[in-house]
Amino acid sequence: MRRIITMTVNNRPGVLNRITGLFTKRHYNIESITVGHTEIEGISRMTFVVNVDDERTAEQIIKQLNKQIDVLKVNDITDQAIVARELALIKVAAPPAVRQEIYTLIEPFRASIVDVSKDSLVIQVTGEPEKVEALIELLRPYGIKEVARTGTTAFTRGAQKATTNQKTAFII
Amino acid sequence: MAKMKVEEQEKAKTKARMSGSLMLIEALKAEKVEVIFGYPGGAVLPLYDELYKAGVFHVLTRHEQGAIHAAEGYARISGKPGVVIATSGPGATNIVTGLTDAMMDSLPLVVFTGQVATSVIGSDAFQEADVVGITMPITKHNYQVRDISELPRIIKEAFHIATTGRPGPVLIDIPKDITTAEGEFDYDQDVHLPGYQPTTQPNHWQIRRLVEAVSQSKRPVILAGAGILHANASNELRQYAEQQNIPVIHTLLGLGGFPADHPLFLGMAGMHGTYTANMALCECDLLINIGARFDDRVTGNLKYFAPKATVAHIDIDPAEIGKNVPTKIPIVSDAKAALQELIAQQGKPADTAAWLAQLDEWKRRFPLHYEPEAGTIKPQKLIEMIYEMTNGEAIVTTDVGQHQMWAAQYYKFNRPHRWVTSGGLGTMGFGLPAAIGAQLADRSATVVSIVGDGGFQMTFQELSVIQELRLPIKIVIVNNQALGMVRQWQELFYDKRYSHSLIPNQPDFVKLAEAYGMPGLRAKTEAEAAEVLKQAFAMDGPVLLDFHVRADENVYPMVAPGKGLHEMVGVKACEESSR
Ligand SMILES: Cc1ncc(C[n+]2csc(CCOP(=O)(O)OP(=O)(O)O)c2C)c(N)n1
Ligand SMILES: [Mg+2]
Repeated sequence: MRRIITMTVNNRPGVLNRITGLFTKRHYNIESITVGHTEIEGISRMTFVVNVDDERTAEQIIKQLNKQIDVLKVNDITDQAIVARELALIKVAAPPAVRQEIYTLIEPFRASIVDVSKDSLVIQVTGEPEKVEALIELLRPYGIKEVARTGTTAFTRGAQKATTNQKTAFII
Repeated sequence: MAKMKVEEQEKAKTKARMSGSLMLIEALKAEKVEVIFGYPGGAVLPLYDELYKAGVFHVLTRHEQGAIHAAEGYARISGKPGVVIATSGPGATNIVTGLTDAMMDSLPLVVFTGQVATSVIGSDAFQEADVVGITMPITKHNYQVRDISELPRIIKEAFHIATTGRPGPVLIDIPKDITTAEGEFDYDQDVHLPGYQPTTQPNHWQIRRLVEAVSQSKRPVILAGAGILHANASNELRQYAEQQNIPVIHTLLGLGGFPADHPLFLGMAGMHGTYTANMALCECDLLINIGARFDDRVTGNLKYFAPKATVAHIDIDPAEIGKNVPTKIPIVSDAKAALQELIAQQGKPADTAAWLAQLDEWKRRFPLHYEPEAGTIKPQKLIEMIYEMTNGEAIVTTDVGQHQMWAAQYYKFNRPHRWVTSGGLGTMGFGLPAAIGAQLADRSATVVSIVGDGGFQMTFQELSVIQELRLPIKIVIVNNQALGMVRQWQELFYDKRYSHSLIPNQPDFVKLAEAYGMPGLRAKTEAEAAEVLKQAFAMDGPVLLDFHVRADENVYPMVAPGKGLHEMVGVKACEESSR
């Protein structure tokens, strides 16, 4: 199953290495990672999408991450109300004859053209990973030359539904 | 007024400017470090210069691996962090095994490694190695000092992290220029680690659930690991077991936490555990794990592990709870704190009379067993003789292999902190250097280092240190002319194809001892062994004893890999008349 894990970490040398090393050591599969600064200086935020076999493994990941000294907070937000976004750049073959068709096709996705050359276009799309996926699939018949995806970044919405099953790190 | 002055003076002193090397020395003094195990080299020369001037007690082992295993032995016996210094590159890579060993067995170490100067890091400079990268997965935490101003804080954090929560090794990599740079030494600061807040007190609700579970159970059992020893909770364990009438089983590393001669003790569990301990795990209806991590050598095949039991697990590391065995009652806590709380609850004891009668019956019918044999030395008998010779009071260190298991089975530990062995990693070469650290942690103790003829040769260069410091360690080589444990597996699982496990031409260990300036004695029969032991324990200094035992002896009982604990082989029913 797919889990989305976010965490805040001390922005120290090697911290990303610590985290990915832990994933390797314990045989956890990472689908994507995003890292960036937060509103607090010296603290970074990471979002992981991982594929795990079961609940127990998911719980182990959280606990192992929590043991890292430089990890301040870990949350499995998969089952919460969240905002999850990804950005993708898609270079697609686009001879003049099909350009208009592509423009129409990407419009409902609120994607934009960020580069145009003689026989290709670069399309930028932002949204939930499923939406990005869907657009890529629609563009595939035209001939995709290159795709660059950022991976998912996410956090919880301001208001949570009362029923949400909040996952915490410790079973104290 | 006068008090103010003293405080200001103190402040001024702790804020003095000094070199990184001197800071390190001052920090070690502040941490009351009694002994450093180390080995010099280019990157740590400034540091060794300060050590020379400061007259700090430093043990020069003959290999960095010896230094770190000695530090582990010291930590195991003293409960204090073992301190190690190694130079950059090969010095640092030589301690990798020891770090992993300490990580697996939760031993507190603070390890300093030299590093090339910051200006050349990343250029593949002479004796440069990415030590922080290499040791990241095998340390509880590690650091590379990038600026002199960070050094005091980092050392302080390192000692804090190594010794609190679940203990473990912490490494500090110090570039050479940092050791000579000057900075302000402020060691009077608080440790501020928001990402590291170990839970040490139990949750009351979970404690009450456990009390309730105990009162309802008919066949409870405690599985106690080294967490008992780290928490100094032996007395509490005994009180609790007696209060509630619950029998106790130890893991390999927990031995000594509960008295071996106590009627409630069932022995060691696992691959070479006692019949009664393993069967108790199979039959119990409530399993209370205190400070053990359900290692596969303890549980056997998880599919068959404690199938009838409700599992409660007390551990200071939340990640261990539920990792291998689904756990109904999780208690994240220091073992001592949890046991005190449990004792204080004075819960209704379980009605264990029938259960204890059953266990006693098993103990009587299926004790540890070996066939005595005239004209040779039975390794099991040898351990029993050593036990008697030392009144069960010795500190015993072992290497890894058959002799280790025999020592665990036949040396009955009644006191905590007397047993030093490499459990999780199973590191050959551990036993001899660990004895050095153990003896330095307790100078008045009798230390016996029981090693195999194979593993001894991985670190025997440390005989030099034993001789130099006149440490009165009794070194016992259980010489079966084989990598015995490997040979046993090949006999049992590979149709006796002894691929590279027989070493019939071992060197003359007695002469080797003499070459290092210590007496060596040899025995080939039980009578000789008795004589040799008497001589050895009458000597004041170190002595090496080479006991030739049968090569084809196996360790039993045994749970073969992949099998459940109920599938022990080599169990013999013992009728009234026999031993
Ligand atoms: C460093 C290391 N290498 C290999 C092994 C695998 N191993 C486990 S026990 C053993 C045999 C040990 O032989 P010896 O020291 O003579 O002890 P014995 O089993 O004969 O008592 C070996 C090779 C190990 N545990 N550690
Ligand atoms: Mg051997």
